[in-house]
Amino acid sequence: MAIDRRELREWLEANCPAEMRQPIRGDEDICWGGRHFVFQSPAQKLWLERMAARGFTVPTWPKDYGGAGLTPEDAAVLGDEMRRIHARPPLTSFGISMLGPALLKFGNEEQKRRHLTRIARGEIRWCQGYSEPGAGSDLASLRTRAEDRGDHFLVNGQKIWTSYADKADWIFCLARTDPTAKKHDGISFLLIDMASKGVSTKPIVLISGKSPFCETFFDNVEVPKENLVGKLNRGWDIAKYLLTHERGAISGGGLNVFDNEALDKAARAAAKAAGGRLPDPVLRADIARAAIDSYAAAATVQRYMQEATAGGELGARSAVLKYDGAELNKRRYELLMSLAGAEGLTFDGNFGPESELAQRWLRSKGNSIEGGTSEIMLDIVAKRILELPSE
Amino acid sequence: MLLTEEQRLLRDSARAAIAAKAPIALWRKLRAENDEAGYSRDFWRACAEAGWAGVLIPEAYGGLDFGLVGAGLIAREMARTLAASPFLSTAVLVASAVKVGGSDAQKAFWLPRIAAGEAVISLGVDEEPRHDPARIGATAAETPQGWRLNGAKICVLDGAAADAFLVAAKTDGETALYLVEAKARGLSRTPRRLVDDRRVATLRLDNVEARREAKLAGGAALIEQILDAGRGVLAASLCGVAEEAFARTLAYLKQRKQFDRTIGSFQALQHRVAIMHVNIENAWSATLKALQTLDSGAADAPLQIAMAKAKAGEVGRTATAECLQLHGGIGMTDEFDIGLFLKKARVEAELLGDPAYHADRVAAMLGY
Repeated sequence: MAIDRRELREWLEANCPAEMRQPIRGDEDICWGGRHFVFQSPAQKLWLERMAARGFTVPTWPKDYGGAGLTPEDAAVLGDEMRRIHARPPLTSFGISMLGPALLKFGNEEQKRRHLTRIARGEIRWCQGYSEPGAGSDLASLRTRAEDRGDHFLVNGQKIWTSYADKADWIFCLARTDPTAKKHDGISFLLIDMASKGVSTKPIVLISGKSPFCETFFDNVEVPKENLVGKLNRGWDIAKYLLTHERGAISGGGLNVFDNEALDKAARAAAKAAGGRLPDPVLRADIARAAIDSYAAAATVQRYMQEATAGGELGARSAVLKYDGAELNKRRYELLMSLAGAEGLTFDGNFGPESELAQRWLRSKGNSIEGGTSEIMLDIVAKRILELPSE
Repeated sequence: MLLTEEQRLLRDSARAAIAAKAPIALWRKLRAENDEAGYSRDFWRACAEAGWAGVLIPEAYGGLDFGLVGAGLIAREMARTLAASPFLSTAVLVASAVKVGGSDAQKAFWLPRIAAGEAVISLGVDEEPRHDPARIGATAAETPQGWRLNGAKICVLDGAAADAFLVAAKTDGETALYLVEAKARGLSRTPRRLVDDRRVATLRLDNVEARREAKLAGGAALIEQILDAGRGVLAASLCGVAEEAFARTLAYLKQRKQFDRTIGSFQALQHRVAIMHVNIENAWSATLKALQTLDSGAADAPLQIAMAKAKAGEVGRTATAECLQLHGGIGMTDEFDIGLFLKKARVEAELLGDPAYHADRVAAMLGY
């Protein structure tokens, strides 16, 4: 039975606090949940509790695991109705966007019941431990080891680029469980409590300043056997599934890399200040070409999403979108910096408002590195879509 | 942005029919015979029988009334085999103009003839080498009987074969379109051959007398409207050119061996091909979206069309050049087909405004 849109609309109207209908200004307005999360306001807490009670933090998950059991179509209705009143997402987390889908597909019943319900209620905050200092694009060469010690694994090693590791309660990570097997065949997918003895984190400062990224260290960490997801040594299957999922999410609106609005606006403002037209014809042409390329790429996002909804999965096409979104965003920030001229170069020591544009410009350089480099994306397009040979 | 069932059927039947009736061999034959019209009349008759000549014409006048997405799908399929026809000049540009700006009598006379493939009519707007419909020097002076036309037009598509012309001319600063027959006194044409073997003509109008009803309603706005239809269809054709050249190149990379390896296994080539794939996908997305927007009559259609023509023009040009390079020496030979796509892309990117022209319009329409 399809969802009752009118009931839903009335419920949202009655239950979404006014403060939760304001635009999100920055990271501080996002509700991440977790053991140590400090709610920014009573309204933020109330909104999470009310939505979680109806399973609406994870609407498509089964009811047994904290969801509402909605079909994708009904979840889209919920999304529509939330957008209609400008409701903020009640909860944002890697548990929802990444671990959840992996557990639903690969986890056992006990893991689903234990972890999914806590993700849905915002009780546990997760982070992802994939990359290592020696394993970037070649992720499968990772060296963090999990040794079988009978009733537990003993984990030693180091992860890097773990977003919000210093704020997370648990980490899902890849570790080598069979050092003798071929590199893809000796990896397992483990869930580790960050409060375990021997886990420590260290924040990473980027060229753009403070960041959510951390290094995470495992020093003789004991991990119960029940925290292995899927089969021993088959963790790479889960990793691949999640990476594809992550790229799909990037294009599905997770990042606004296809939105050219900021560049359009800045160009219009500069044109207005100069009497109606950008005075530098070469810069104007570069900006117009970037706009054309952005709109064309956004049309591809729209087309792929509709085609995927109509008949199957996005699959390797997510690599097309990831590549394009990253490259366009970098190009856009170069042009925003050019438009701003000397004003774009100011950088105060504390990364305050003076630094904003330069910081965003610097941060955009990471777009074509994180979540799979542009070069890896092109490899995927060449091999999986165009079926070009390896040798 | 999904195609409807009918649109998919149209595309699939067009692909099969064009491959059978107008393969590249036919294009080579026409070229070898130095055919004056530059297209096969038999093929155009077949197009009319399939309904394509009337793709934009209302059913009441014998057309399919399939909209611009349908016209774009046909043009894209024709491009794959370089099938030459007066589709753009007559079935898209002039049919759109007569449909919107023609009198009832003009519609009743011309539209069924266009749909039946019996009349070829060409649009004459440009007077200078670079497309710019704002710069019209031709004049239409009012006379007791109607209009007296003077001026010159260049790059009039299918101008050598046309039975009539639709020309843009000015009266006291106001531009409008005038329908004149090819045999009219004072009208002369010089056939010219383009680099892709498409046939055009240069027109001269020396005191050409036209009847009062020769003037179409709608003025400069109508011209922009039909040019946008033509630009959208050209963008679709450019996508077909790029897609076909790309498919042929991909096949070549999987078969050609050098240094004891299939050259498609070299990462330096794989990345170039992958980037090309992304660009071609985007060109088609932008084109499809623009054609759908134009069909829907939404206000931002001119912006979408300008973006699509700029994108498809740029991708068509760069992709075909890249495809030629990836073929190596054989790509430079006339015997091999890949160079033919490069030529067609160059011509179609230029027609009705090149990427630079449309990028400038995009900047203006976006407010900078």
